[in-house]
Amino acid sequence: MIHFDNVTKTYPNQGRPALENVSLDVEKGEFVFLVGPSGSGKSTFLRLVLKEERPTEGRIHVAGKDLARLTNWKVPHLRRRIGCVFQDFRLLPNKNVYQNIAFALEVIGKPRRFIKKVVPEVIDLVGLEGKRERMPDELSGGEQQRVAMARAFVNRPTILLADEPTGNIDPATSIGIMKVLDRINRTGTTVVMATHDAAIVDSMRKRVIELEYGKVVRDQSRGVYGQAY
Amino acid sequence: MRAQFVFHEVWIGLRRNLTMTIALIVVVAISLSLLGTGLLFVKQVDNTRAYWQSRVQLSVYLCSSQAFSTECAKNGAVTQAEIANIQQQLNGPLKNYIVSATYVSQAQAWAQFKQEFANSPTLVKYTSQDQIPSSFEIKLRNTEADAGPVTNIVDGYPGVAEVVDDSSILNNFYKLLDGARTAVVIIAAFLLIAAILLVANTIRLSAFNRRRETSIMRLVGASNFYVQLPFLVEGMIAGLVGWLFATGLLVAVKGFWLNGLQSYFPYGVTLSSTDLIEVIIIAMITGLLICGSTSFLTLRRYLRV
Repeated sequence: MIHFDNVTKTYPNQGRPALENVSLDVEKGEFVFLVGPSGSGKSTFLRLVLKEERPTEGRIHVAGKDLARLTNWKVPHLRRRIGCVFQDFRLLPNKNVYQNIAFALEVIGKPRRFIKKVVPEVIDLVGLEGKRERMPDELSGGEQQRVAMARAFVNRPTILLADEPTGNIDPATSIGIMKVLDRINRTGTTVVMATHDAAIVDSMRKRVIELEYGKVVRDQSRGVYGQAY
Repeated sequence: MRAQFVFHEVWIGLRRNLTMTIALIVVVAISLSLLGTGLLFVKQVDNTRAYWQSRVQLSVYLCSSQAFSTECAKNGAVTQAEIANIQQQLNGPLKNYIVSATYVSQAQAWAQFKQEFANSPTLVKYTSQDQIPSSFEIKLRNTEADAGPVTNIVDGYPGVAEVVDDSSILNNFYKLLDGARTAVVIIAAFLLIAAILLVANTIRLSAFNRRRETSIMRLVGASNFYVQLPFLVEGMIAGLVGWLFATGLLVAVKGFWLNGLQSYFPYGVTLSSTDLIEVIIIAMITGLLICGSTSFLTLRRYLRV
């Protein structure tokens, strides 16, 4: 589903590459944690998958597409197959829960009938029944993140990227968020989650890829956050 | 394509940016109406020129018993033989330059004079037929090129008091109109530049105001077209509203000003409604083109995917 082949990314005016010779494969339906300290290249990895950045060297395939051959014209179509969740939720403050989720479908031109059908379904999936009229500032951090996940998932992407989704959320609420991500993963969606949260990684026992200074230093199935011997 | 969604976004953009939008509309309105005024001037000048081109004449005034010119003082009033001679010259050697040459006798000129100054009986009362010179009214084949030479030749014939080129009188009038037109077009050009900069700025502000929405749109895979269209439509709508105001101003300019100007010149050269509509359509195309293309170029810079 995601295939990196000797990928190096160097940002202009920076000596050390943000990613260096990274080769890895994420299969369809996998759940992968991307761990490592700040500046280790986790965000760069996610941006490369979205084609927000181009690799300096190496090839990237996402959902069967060679990103180097993908014209700018086609990038939006790639992104429709990838859902994104961020630490800071990125909801529209002037739209309620339903409108925030529907927005993602409106802007890719989905018909209204379709939107009316799928948005309530996904609201139920993330556990926000009865809160569809709430505005973002009336919701807790955990609830806002659920809205963001609903928005990322409403178009049934094949890949879900999550960049520190529990970063602004207390540990108890984080468990709920992880349950939603797990539920999304069980529908066959590949999930890649960048995180600092050791407790979560340890409890989920999923594949862990650890980055350090832009290199893969560990790739372990059923791994934990810290070094395991 | 969801038109409702696009127009909702456009409405939000215009409302959030209200002051800039108003400034944009005002500048577009003024620059378009000035441009239109300039074009109306051009049309007016062209029409006037065409009108006079077919009518412009050389008036060859002959000596009367009362004439003051040196030639007349020497020889006295023009004689029948001299008139016949001039007639012959005009129909002979100068034939190639002349379309027609009509002799206007003192009696005819006097009748015409009385008619033209019917409103000033005192003037007519103290003028006698003797004082009104007879003349040849010459219509030239090519006014601009031939007026000078023909004037020089005809001026030398005995019995000729003075040759007056009608177009030299009109030239001053043309200069006035041309000057006014140039001034209006230059001002319009500057304002159009201001309008372009304002459009660019408004769209940029609008894009900045909605960077949250657009970043999410890009994230969920909205096409460039979908992300940019609301901004494009926003610029075009401001342009169209500006154009509507400009249309009102142009109708007023034509109605009150140009028509008023024309009333000073009794030889009616009126601009038709077709002329006005043509100018208004040109203004609309200019407005839409400027607003649309500027928005588009600005978006390419500030809303990259």
